[in-house]
Amino acid sequence: MTTDPGGPPAEVQRRLYELMVLMKAADDRLSKGIGSGEFMCVYWPPRGQEAIAAAMGVALRADDQLVTTYRGLHDLIGKGVPLVEIYGEMMGRQVGAARGKGGTMHIARPESGVMMSTGIVGAGPPVAVGLAMAAQRKGLDRVTAVSFGDGATNTGSFHEAANMAALWDLPVVFVCQNNQYGEMTPTEHTMKIPHVADRAAGYGMPGVRVDGNDPLAVLAAMEDAITRARAGDGPTFLEAVTFRFRGHYFGDPQAYIPQEQREAAEAADPVPVFRAKLAHDGTCTDAELDEIDASAVAAVEDALVTVMASPAPPLDELERDVYADARGCPT
Amino acid sequence: MTDVTVDEREMSMREALNLALDQAMAADERVVLLGEDIADPGASGPTAGLSTTYGTERVLDTPISESAIVGAAIGLAMEGFRPVAEIMIMDFIGIAADQLINHAAKMRFMTAGRTTAPLVVRTAVYGGIGTGATHSQSLEGWFMHIPGLKVVVPSTPRDGKGLLTAAISSDDPVLFVETIRLQGQRGPVPLDPGFSIPFGEADVKRPGRDVTLVSYGRSVVESLAAAAKLAEDGIDAEVLDLRTLVPLDVAGMVDAVSRTGRAVVVTDAVEFAGPSAEIASSLEHELFGRLAAPVERVGTRFVPNPAPAVLESQIYPTVDRIVAAVQRTLA
Repeated sequence: MTTDPGGPPAEVQRRLYELMVLMKAADDRLSKGIGSGEFMCVYWPPRGQEAIAAAMGVALRADDQLVTTYRGLHDLIGKGVPLVEIYGEMMGRQVGAARGKGGTMHIARPESGVMMSTGIVGAGPPVAVGLAMAAQRKGLDRVTAVSFGDGATNTGSFHEAANMAALWDLPVVFVCQNNQYGEMTPTEHTMKIPHVADRAAGYGMPGVRVDGNDPLAVLAAMEDAITRARAGDGPTFLEAVTFRFRGHYFGDPQAYIPQEQREAAEAADPVPVFRAKLAHDGTCTDAELDEIDASAVAAVEDALVTVMASPAPPLDELERDVYADARGCPT
Repeated sequence: MTDVTVDEREMSMREALNLALDQAMAADERVVLLGEDIADPGASGPTAGLSTTYGTERVLDTPISESAIVGAAIGLAMEGFRPVAEIMIMDFIGIAADQLINHAAKMRFMTAGRTTAPLVVRTAVYGGIGTGATHSQSLEGWFMHIPGLKVVVPSTPRDGKGLLTAAISSDDPVLFVETIRLQGQRGPVPLDPGFSIPFGEADVKRPGRDVTLVSYGRSVVESLAAAAKLAEDGIDAEVLDLRTLVPLDVAGMVDAVSRTGRAVVVTDAVEFAGPSAEIASSLEHELFGRLAAPVERVGTRFVPNPAPAVLESQIYPTVDRIVAAVQRTLA
């Protein structure tokens, strides 16, 4: 096997592709199931953003932490959350990460380092700051990555957190998955500057912009940012430019997306493009790539079978976990 | 209640709160304070002196970033710290409300207990000193609506110390509401670091047979003054201090009012749709047919807090308004 000189080892590239395909297969199956009426859940699809999440998953250590968002399917898979727990949570089943109580937008699994998913745009960075403060105080060389979109950088909450992280040299990697739309509004309608990463200079932290559809480019930038954070040199803002194929929410008619932009994005779809690259480089054979693709589809199908066999949470879950000590509290 | 009568000292509310923080920090390395101007030499409130004792790592001055202060406290709490965040003035809590309402409060439920945020947010009501509509509000009613939060409003130095000690050791997120006009009030305070007041236990601040004034926070002081005035006319008013709004000691207040048959609910929060509505409703529901008169309410009037003293003095519960309400229950 050969690979790009200076690029990551073949097994790393193969791992990136495995993760990307698993993310895509998980999205495709949800799309098929919801679209056909086979099952129902709310869903904010990350289809198209797989290269970023795969690179992040490969670059982070198991004990590194992640805070992500409602559009987090790919990030969760990258960080190692079992598919059954993700699908189970999305569909409100007992096998879900929170026994189905939290729902699609709120998945956490500390054993995988996934500390929080938020449904509120811009709410993740302040919590990531606190997690990184904890690591710093405990003397751990753990890093906290926080994933969000371009739109989140317009919130005050992001600004407050970015300033704090830089001020205190916290081990945070701000991962901005710029999919070029904040909900239904194009990024250029919501910020004056062309590159989100330029905002980093205002906080006194490096701002790096990469092609978010190129997993190797993202991986290299991510590794630099993580190394810097781990060494105690502070946070980095990483802008990975990508595209979201299924709109803001599942079922979004996407009438606001110009045809030429969509066609260009489809031509740059990171999953088939990376597959073609691996085949072209000779990193993997077509048969190996076919096997990876088939394994992903099978893993997703297995997870779905387990989830569909799992019951909804019992009614007593309503009053569980509201308080540690619920004495005297209303219900 | 841990009732310690030996080894008490007369001190102000500010000193009592400082003592609670000091003793908690001395006993538990995990207790960390963060907020605006809380470290020496800038600190003038209950945190004064603590950074000199424990260092600025544990008493951390932050930027003016309320959302990130609470968000960072959440991250620290998730990692096992016991953060006590300060929102200097309660009116600023709107900036931090998302972190408190959508994240700290609901984290335990949304993740089925996989992650939790046992933090304390201390804040202070500045009403009554001419600071106007953006620096005066008693907003505790907002947070009574949020399952997962506990809401504490002490009225005496003794209660302040005991309740803050309980808040810091609570495994649930606690909003601890201080009152600027009470910070200089003096009273006996147990010095024992183990002195703690459990939540959900109302306290009779003055026994009485004819009517129960149900109150909390600064209004307790006003209610006691009203009771003294009523005594001149031969009316024996009981003053019941709820001390915590969530949990709410419904049994305690029903027990008190069932003995007098008359109740006036007195709050510094806005009367319309305020905490007094829930309290009055509970009393009417539990004691319907046993009350000698409808439950009366005396709260802050439904206008923006005016700055001039001549107007501001008109909006809060006063002795005259409380006495008038009591007389309506006796009519």
